[in-house]
Amino acid sequence: MNFDFSDDQKQLRDQARKFLTEKCSPKAVRVVLDGKTPYDKELWKGLAEMGFLGVAIPEEFGGAGAGHLELCVIAEEMGRANAPVPFSSTVYLAAEALLIAGSDAQKKKWLPAIASGEAIGTLALFEGKGNPAPKNVKLTAANGVLNGVKKPVPDGAIADFAVVAARTGSSGRDGDISLFLVDLKAGGVEVKSLTNLDPTRGQAEITFKDAKAEPLGVAGEGWSILTEVLDRAAVLCAFEQVGGADRALEMGRDYALDRIAFGRQIGSFQAIKHMLADMYVSATLARSNSYYGAWALSTNAAELPEAAAAARISATQAFQHCAKNNIQVHGGMGFTWEFDCHMYYRRANAMALGLGSLTYWEDQLIDRMRKKNAA
Amino acid sequence: MNFDDTPQEAAFRETARKWITANAPKEFEQELSKSSLGRIRLAKHDMVEVGKAWQKKKAEGGWACLHWPKEYGGRGATPIERVIWQQEEGVYGKLTQPFQIGEGMCGPTVMAWGTEDAKRRYLPKLASGEEIWCQLFSEPSAGSDVAGLRTRAEKKGDVWVVDGQKIWTSGAHYSDYGLLIARTDPNVPKHKGLTMFFLDMKSPGVEVRPIKQANGMQEFNEVYFTDVVIPDSQRLGAVGEGWSVSLTTLMNERMSIGARLATGVPEMFEFCSNLTLEDGLAIDDPAVRSKLASWAVKSSGLKYTSYRAISALSKGERPGPENSIGKLVSGMMLQDIATYAMDLQGAAGVLTGSDEETVHGQFQQMLLSSPSMRIAGGTDEILRNIIAERVLGLPGDIRVDKDVPYNKIPTKGR
Repeated sequence: MNFDFSDDQKQLRDQARKFLTEKCSPKAVRVVLDGKTPYDKELWKGLAEMGFLGVAIPEEFGGAGAGHLELCVIAEEMGRANAPVPFSSTVYLAAEALLIAGSDAQKKKWLPAIASGEAIGTLALFEGKGNPAPKNVKLTAANGVLNGVKKPVPDGAIADFAVVAARTGSSGRDGDISLFLVDLKAGGVEVKSLTNLDPTRGQAEITFKDAKAEPLGVAGEGWSILTEVLDRAAVLCAFEQVGGADRALEMGRDYALDRIAFGRQIGSFQAIKHMLADMYVSATLARSNSYYGAWALSTNAAELPEAAAAARISATQAFQHCAKNNIQVHGGMGFTWEFDCHMYYRRANAMALGLGSLTYWEDQLIDRMRKKNAA
Repeated sequence: MNFDDTPQEAAFRETARKWITANAPKEFEQELSKSSLGRIRLAKHDMVEVGKAWQKKKAEGGWACLHWPKEYGGRGATPIERVIWQQEEGVYGKLTQPFQIGEGMCGPTVMAWGTEDAKRRYLPKLASGEEIWCQLFSEPSAGSDVAGLRTRAEKKGDVWVVDGQKIWTSGAHYSDYGLLIARTDPNVPKHKGLTMFFLDMKSPGVEVRPIKQANGMQEFNEVYFTDVVIPDSQRLGAVGEGWSVSLTTLMNERMSIGARLATGVPEMFEFCSNLTLEDGLAIDDPAVRSKLASWAVKSSGLKYTSYRAISALSKGERPGPENSIGKLVSGMMLQDIATYAMDLQGAAGVLTGSDEETVHGQFQQMLLSSPSMRIAGGTDEILRNIIAERVLGLPGDIRVDKDVPYNKIPTKGR
């Protein structure tokens, strides 16, 4: 047994941290936060040049052909830096869907473009309120065209293509759902940017009116493919959340060491110390659950569904907890636009909903644990 | 990152498994399987005697205290091999309970600070279970502030004479030896006037009295010392160095307590899977599922945190204070789970007998016992201080008694 990343993987993490410290300072994140640009294009280009966008994409499709463990360590650093780029939508959702279900031609068309930073992709799943469920997919596909509205679509306003979940049957079963690939720059697609909790990662509404689409994967297998995509993304997002939680904890710790009140460092008061200790506990539990998820993801283990749900829940709770209490440690200053605390608070709470809510994943975990116990 | 055995580890596992199959006391397998949450129930046998027999057999076969060096009764095994052994030992591992304080805390302290003679005399018998050890640290007026302890040891010629009282000593009534920290100089600040000893628990002047606990049981003791004589050869570390010595013990305490922690999660999962509420099974209720999931990820988080610690240990890194989270998380969780299970039982939840509705009162027992989990071996608050100060690097508390001679520190608030 060796329950840790390898030295090479740790080196990659250091490399990613160094790169992001230089190229993705809080000041750079604020350019996107303040709405001056929808995402950090320079950073996106740099990530492509570093080989980070295609780290888990096989070499034959233009990637580095490393693997998911490598992607996990990069994800952690992306979360830590609060990077304002469409990394999760393009790399965890669109690329993973292509890797799982794409035809050779589809992979050849999109994966090299993802790895080189030329194409931004996303997953168009949600249609308003609710969690991932076949019954919530109303958008229809017939005769090679899609009709319906998706929202919120992560990074939908800047994406070049989308993997779209569509209804192709009405039996009331999972088999009613199929996946399609849509070129968002083609006709029949109308994109509207939506304001959202975390302006450093956009959300959009996409209306499809007889939009041309090609099937991704076997018709009627959309839901099972999606489930796997969401499980993989849950692990990868968990690493972003762990990175964000750690950074929020660090910010709180640093401020507690710096700020003087009642004649002493506020970090010497037990009320503050214990709050930070509890943040450390949840961040540690989340990290350990995420490591298990990384192992399951990288080995394609039968444990992935359960491990992914556990990582997702634990990391969501930890990031929300650390981001929230980081503001509390900062007191009034933490509630200013000028301090960076709110950027992590926004990211934590937006990420908590992105792949389905906490309640949804808790529900999934219990189902999956029961299935295992029954087996 | 992988969970697979290396060929060497697989061979070790195979050898261990074969030995256990051939030697384990199978007549107790069923009763041990049913014993949960750290409480062992053997209907017709004394747990300590059964435990001693198993420990002795293991020692003869070279399977006791496996991570210890061979010359001190161990096997010189790697940390991973120790984990493999624990996995294979399974339910029989529950029989090691009487030896855990010795193996986890007293033994490592003797190993770190004892003379070569002492190590060769005491450690092999500790490992084989022939001699059981207990830990004599806490006092009625010195719990979290253990450095404020009052038990005196005075040097008289070649020996020390001890007077005072210890409390919360698990297993003192069946222990052969005790690890004792006492005040040897009251004229210096409290941390500087302490010295560590070990003593024969059958020494004249040692009196062990069981404590009736809040849960109605008697697992801990008070130990009184009246003119108890300890030879100077049984001192560990220098005179006045007792505090540093105690840190070895306490760090090992948190590690060893953290290693076999009960969280209550498997029991709760099973309970909810079988309990019928008004609208169906409890486990189908969204509120129940949400709570269960939150506890399940804490429990798995602790498990994988310990795996990470073992991996670090096997690479030669030392276990750090970050291991304090195990007891902190599981103690609170046990209490919360017990309270919620009883809430689900409704009116019948108040019953503590062997009623069917309450699954023989297991959660009721857990509720009544769980406060001690949050206190013993460092209170939740002390553990948070440790994490804040030693892991996060926050300043220590402002200590008003830090530079004050021990005998000038006030002893009452009003």
